[in-house]
Amino acid sequence: MIELLNISRSFTVGDQQVTALRDINLNIGAGDYVSIMGPSGSGKSTLLNLIGLLDRPTSGVYRIDGGNVTDLNDEQQARVRSEKIGFVFQSFHLVPRLSARMNIELPLMLAGVAVDQRRARVEELLKNYGLTDRADHRPDQLSGGQRQRVAIARATSMRPSVLLADEPTGNLDQTTGREVINLLEQLTEQNVTLILVTHDPALGSRAKRQLHMVDGQIVSLTESSR
Amino acid sequence: MKFIDVVQFAAASLRGSRARTLLMILAMSIGVAAVVVLTALGEGARRYVINQFSSLGTNLVLVFPGRTETAGIGPGMLLGQIPRELSLDDAQALLRSRAVGRIAPLTIGSSQISRNAKNREVIVLGSTYNLLVIRHMSLGQGQFLPAGDVHSSESICVLGAKINRELFGNESGVGKQIRLGDRRFRVIGVMTSQGESMGFNTDEIVIVPVASAHILFNTSGLFRILVEARSRDTIEQAKKDVEIILFARHNGEKDVTVVTQDAVLATFDRILRALTLAVGGIAAISLAVAGILIMNVMLIAVSQRVQEIGLLKALGAPAAQIRNLFFTEAVLLSGVGSAVGLILGEAGVLVIARIYPSLPVAAPWWAVLAAIFISLGTGILFSVWPARSAARLDPVTALAGR
Repeated sequence: MIELLNISRSFTVGDQQVTALRDINLNIGAGDYVSIMGPSGSGKSTLLNLIGLLDRPTSGVYRIDGGNVTDLNDEQQARVRSEKIGFVFQSFHLVPRLSARMNIELPLMLAGVAVDQRRARVEELLKNYGLTDRADHRPDQLSGGQRQRVAIARATSMRPSVLLADEPTGNLDQTTGREVINLLEQLTEQNVTLILVTHDPALGSRAKRQLHMVDGQIVSLTESSR
Repeated sequence: MKFIDVVQFAAASLRGSRARTLLMILAMSIGVAAVVVLTALGEGARRYVINQFSSLGTNLVLVFPGRTETAGIGPGMLLGQIPRELSLDDAQALLRSRAVGRIAPLTIGSSQISRNAKNREVIVLGSTYNLLVIRHMSLGQGQFLPAGDVHSSESICVLGAKINRELFGNESGVGKQIRLGDRRFRVIGVMTSQGESMGFNTDEIVIVPVASAHILFNTSGLFRILVEARSRDTIEQAKKDVEIILFARHNGEKDVTVVTQDAVLATFDRILRALTLAVGGIAAISLAVAGILIMNVMLIAVSQRVQEIGLLKALGAPAAQIRNLFFTEAVLLSGVGSAVGLILGEAGVLVIARIYPSLPVAAPWWAVLAAIFISLGTGILFSVWPARSAARLDPVTALAGR
């Protein structure tokens, strides 16, 4: 469902051309669990941003569900993000003044979903992620694990087919990190494609497909039997 | 995104930074309140002057001797002539015009008034019965000058309320004798206290028949002739007739000035309206300043909320929606600001009305509308740039908080 063909991305830093991604070719199917590993500066975050349509490739073609999304305009790309892609960030990125409930509701609100439909969906998510009694707390009143659970609930509120997680455990201790990963992995069982960026080999090796990146290129692609 | 959600989201982010929001609302509301209060004062002054004028009488045409030449020196002056005086017969002749309803000749001078040991300087008006009617004066006790022959120089007088009080204390002076200069006068009436009107205090005057005043001051000229037209529509005709009659009587010499009260009133009206506009305009500048303040603070808000904007983009908000959110925030701010400003302004007007009850202060509707439009307008105008810069942020760098 995700197809990357000869994708390159270069930045101009000062008067120098820096290539972040070189000629990436990648196919990811529905329900796949993919981890992207590599040292910092290897281009893994850039790849994730490209897949998430937050960035545009310098050259190459990107297709989602067979449709070319490279040439879509800003508004069309926003719609694809809204309907098909969920993000989970290392630093959670919750809106500080909004309650957990309203943070989860945000994508539904932006998409213009009707109020009663929205309410039902948010209550369901709060229950699924064990946040019901924390629903009216603001992010600064929540623990790190709770915050990331809110972020995951938010990312899944529009039932996206792809979930992109950039170091989702980076700001968490080991136990809560493990819990968060379990939650994300459960989603793959519901046919959600999970793409996880991490520099932690232990975490990355849990994925069925493991991508290793160096200098903007995929150097190895391991298929795990797990 | 639904409209109600946009408004709620914008309101929530305004509540999120309370101090900033309150300060901006304060700035906006001071601007609006300033416009409302200052224009209300200007309008109050205008109405005050108009009221004062109409208390002088209605449908008036004023005649005074001499002519204000604006085209250099008149021929009469070269020959060493002084303008011919207005005589009592001139005044009586004006009644020949159909457009003229009533006339009151007026002679003015100052004299010593005395009773027993008390004496003081007073302004003496020489006139006729019609003065009472034309000038809307009101009589407290006794009678006003009788309506008989204007040439009769009876030694009778009507006292202003304050003069009566000074000479007779709390008693009425009606029927008693006083002296004006070296002549004895019998008091036949006392005016009610009306206070000052156009810088002329009717409480401190003495009114005598015009012929008596001529004898008292040893003149035969008139200071003014007050002419009351029969109706509003005949004012211009009355003015023309007065000019024709007087020119004919003065051998074709244009040596009198005839003005309608309306013309004087219109001039004042224009001046004070311009003043109100100017003051309102100055206040509107503070509104524009408030608008720039809003722009500034919104720009800061955009830079403070870069990560949030990046997030909204990642969650699928197109640029137009983000622009809309910031735009709505600014409009809400200026809307609430102008509402608070209106309340403050009207409260200020009420306070002024309480302190100066004689001043009919009220903000004109056009000033209120203009204040609201300008504040909303500046709010909208100055939020365009911040909203655009928010919408243009690159999501990747925005999420990184750079």
